[in-house]
Amino acid sequence: MHAVYPLVLGALLFSIGLYGVLARRSAIAVLMAIELLLNAVTLNLVAFGAILRDQYGMGQIFTLFIITIAAAETGLGLAIVLLLYRQRASADLGEQRELAEPVEDYAADELIPAQAAGESAEQVGAAR
Amino acid sequence: MTAQTHGFLSPTGIEIAFVLVGLVVLGSGLLVVTVRNLVYAALWLLVCLGAIAVEYLLLGAELLAWVQILIYAGAVIVLFLFGLMLTKAPIGPTDELDVRHRWPGALVGLGAAGTLVTVIVQAYQHTWFDPRGAVPLGRGGALGAQLFRYWVLPFEVLSVLLLAALVGAIVLSRRQREPEEAEA
Repeated sequence: MHAVYPLVLGALLFSIGLYGVLARRSAIAVLMAIELLLNAVTLNLVAFGAILRDQYGMGQIFTLFIITIAAAETGLGLAIVLLLYRQRASADLGEQRELAEPVEDYAADELIPAQAAGESAEQVGAAR
Repeated sequence: MTAQTHGFLSPTGIEIAFVLVGLVVLGSGLLVVTVRNLVYAALWLLVCLGAIAVEYLLLGAELLAWVQILIYAGAVIVLFLFGLMLTKAPIGPTDELDVRHRWPGALVGLGAAGTLVTVIVQAYQHTWFDPRGAVPLGRGGALGAQLFRYWVLPFEVLSVLLLAALVGAIVLSRRQREPEEAEA
């Protein structure tokens, strides 16, 4: 098998996950995109394990470790999302602004929905 | 094994199978990050992870394929669906799932895809391997021998990490009024 096939597949899956992390606003959807990123990396590890075949079995063992860590990460992440929802009644990442610096003339983004009403009222109306 | 014995125009059966399953992976992955229904996104993630398990099988990692199906399809997807139900996330199609300006994300994704694919094709265009040769390495016996011969300490550390994550998740999601949500 040509080595390019699995490696390109891993790269494209990684790019899809990157887009998902940046373009999603719901915290659970972002966690799903992070799962895509982790799976792209493990696909690369399995491919290099099949190409190189070292005596320690590093590619497949590391994939096993990453699957375990991903399970732990998903459990903790969903617990945090649940806590966030319970305290704020919203799992929307764009609305969690308490730790951000106050910016006034940054109204072009959805991060400040109350102040975005000036020039992008139709976008707010479309999103709400 | 030289490059002269192979050709792009004569793909082997395993390569054809890999590309077809890879198209399933990419298509379902795209649907995970673009579909407007969060439950559908979780189910497309299930399709994507299952297809990746098939790719593991084609690459000779048979134990990993079953671990992937057990852990991801069995546990992680169920965890996601529990999270969707418990946060009362919008079940139907909604516009509030995406940020309003999606083009920076698309730009970063396309840039990463272009850069990575260019670099990989340049670096590995003359590399060939036989996935059948990796099959003995992927069996449960071989993987277990390597795990407990060379990787015992990381394995034990990982078990402690799992225990800590379990305790942390329970502590985080415990509530006095509804203690039955603790197992989520």
